[in-house]
Amino acid sequence: MIRSATVRVRGVSLVAAMALAIAAGADRAAAQSKPAELKVGVVSFLSGAAAVFGVPSKNAAEWLIDKYNKEGGIGGVRIRPIYIDEAGGAEKQVSEFRRLVLDEKVDLVIGYISSADCLAVAPVAEELRVLTVLFDCGTNRIFEDNKYRYVFRTKAHQALDSVAAAKYVLSIKPDVKTIAGINQDYAWGRDSWDTFRRAMQKLKPDVQVTAELWPKLLAGEYSAEISRLLTAKPDVIHSSFWNGDIVGFVKQGAPRGLFSQSLVVLSAGEHMLQDVGKDMPEGVIVGARGDHWFLHNATDPLHKEFVDGYRARYGRYPIYPSYHMYQAVAGVKAAFEKAIKDGGGAWPKVDAVIKAFEGIEYRVPPGRTMTVRSDHNGIEPAIMGITKQVPQYPFAILDRIRVFPQAEVNPPLGVKTNDWIDSWKK
Amino acid sequence: MTVPIAILLDGVLYAAVLFLLAAGLTLVYGVMRILNIAHGSLYALGAYTGTALVLAYLSTGGPEPLMYLALLAGAVLAGSIVGPLVERLLLRPIYAREEVVQLLVTFSLFLILEDVMKLVWGVQPYYVAKPYAYLGTVTIAGVRYAWYQLLLIAVALATGVLVVAAIRGTRIGRMIIAVTADREISTTLGINVARLFTLAFTAGAILAALGGALVAPLIAVAPGISVEAIVLAFAVVVIGGLGSLEGAALGALIVGVTRAAAVYLLPEAELATVYLIMVAVLLFRPRGLFGELEMRRI
Repeated sequence: MIRSATVRVRGVSLVAAMALAIAAGADRAAAQSKPAELKVGVVSFLSGAAAVFGVPSKNAAEWLIDKYNKEGGIGGVRIRPIYIDEAGGAEKQVSEFRRLVLDEKVDLVIGYISSADCLAVAPVAEELRVLTVLFDCGTNRIFEDNKYRYVFRTKAHQALDSVAAAKYVLSIKPDVKTIAGINQDYAWGRDSWDTFRRAMQKLKPDVQVTAELWPKLLAGEYSAEISRLLTAKPDVIHSSFWNGDIVGFVKQGAPRGLFSQSLVVLSAGEHMLQDVGKDMPEGVIVGARGDHWFLHNATDPLHKEFVDGYRARYGRYPIYPSYHMYQAVAGVKAAFEKAIKDGGGAWPKVDAVIKAFEGIEYRVPPGRTMTVRSDHNGIEPAIMGITKQVPQYPFAILDRIRVFPQAEVNPPLGVKTNDWIDSWKK
Repeated sequence: MTVPIAILLDGVLYAAVLFLLAAGLTLVYGVMRILNIAHGSLYALGAYTGTALVLAYLSTGGPEPLMYLALLAGAVLAGSIVGPLVERLLLRPIYAREEVVQLLVTFSLFLILEDVMKLVWGVQPYYVAKPYAYLGTVTIAGVRYAWYQLLLIAVALATGVLVVAAIRGTRIGRMIIAVTADREISTTLGINVARLFTLAFTAGAILAALGGALVAPLIAVAPGISVEAIVLAFAVVVIGGLGSLEGAALGALIVGVTRAAAVYLLPEAELATVYLIMVAVLLFRPRGLFGELEMRRI
């Protein structure tokens, strides 16, 4: 009885669905299949030490998605974000990803700050055939060692920071003889130092390395390292430190004269300037992992809207992870809209979005074109500057800014980072 | 030859930080036989409250040297409020339960406190550098050190001596030793075991918070420091022998000097030093350097 009733109900709904489909076909097939909302999983660190990146990037997502939804969403479809905490390690992120796709039934996922999480999630995205946009992780291995159809990254990889740092150092201090590195002992620190050292020695072959220090990520206490650097007296010290580790390094190093003895490069230092405030020594080279600096191109309307809107809502200026999130959300919107246009107004299937995403160009703060190349990886320009304390801001700003165009700091399409650096003339 | 001096000095400086981290953990274990995972959170809490009080004090424009009092007051306040609360509400009901339950309870407390601190202070690093820079620097063997670092050595020494003197030399201390040896007989002798436990745990909490507050001027006070603290403190305490203050001091010294030596001589190995020492010590002395065999009590 019950069984046949179910069959009957199913049969009825099937007929109804078919009728609807036919009606829709008569109307416009695609317009009918437009979803009620676009469900987007947004993954970033909301707890733990990396929350200093994660929360500002989530803020940017919140702000931008609200703005897009007020303006009518993507092709008339509202974006509904589901925010997920990236803490817990790569294995947990793989199960969270599966849960997002299979239980929450998200249409796409934007996320991942940690390179380990990016590397772990990408193959699963491929397996589940879900469009996945990596927004912040830096490893060059992801698209240099693999090919993915469903995975994109709307930013440049770590080569940009290290190469720009090397070029900037040589422009500020052309007579540099000795360099030393203090980097966190894991993939990001190791890769950053390797690329910086390689670029320095390629551009100025007589440069000597006097110390390579590898404190633990989040070590916090650097007395011995600072003593070692004070005795080694290198001309230039490179550090790709992030988070509170920068704060600790500056707090402990500045009173002991480290920053006046050597020219220090903090290749990812931009995101900590507002936290270190007036204690930041002047004359430190700071990178912004792209051209993400709130005072760069500040009058551009798109940039101004973002900086002002973000500051009004969260009380701080956006930092580079916020810009990276902007690039991801705006990239998704651009790709969907291009796919809708290419499909004559129909709501696109994922294949059409992927096709639209490859090689796409769209506008992002600070008012420039963002390019995602056909290898699914973004390229960006980079800026570097030197810290300077000014009365207008309660923290150090970047002075003597130099902008490196995309071609100068990103390997050409299809060329691996190390091969690219090795191929430089001189 | 400055390198050996620098290694020794940097090693002792780091050892002071490590000892301040580990003292409370080993004290609580020694008295109560509870491995308090939330020790790291109490450390973080001390760092936050100490920093907050210093910032509040500095904004009043009072004489700057008094900021060190504000730093200490923050730690004592945090420890003496949270310590008794946790002991009464969470630990007292589980003393009779197996160790796994105790571990789980203190671990949940760790997670809860982590979120509470995030709610109160947010995710951006909380920051005060003045107590570190204010005392100026001194050049030893050609290397500049901050006076604050040397002060930490003195504070760590004083803490160790005070705690040991309090346990060995006072009436309450001797009662604590009695309770540690045998809880039941101590009760029959009229010792108020429950009150002593509250006292011991509160002392441990204050020590943890003190460690946090004193280290705070060196570091960024931000989410994640509690994890780092508990892992390091645990390693030091295990090397020294769970429950032994002398062991914690020696463990801190060994780890500190070895790490400093690694920074100078073999930076590639710095990450592994703490754990290599731990493995080496546990291979030869499974109960740690000062750990004692526990007699069966039946």
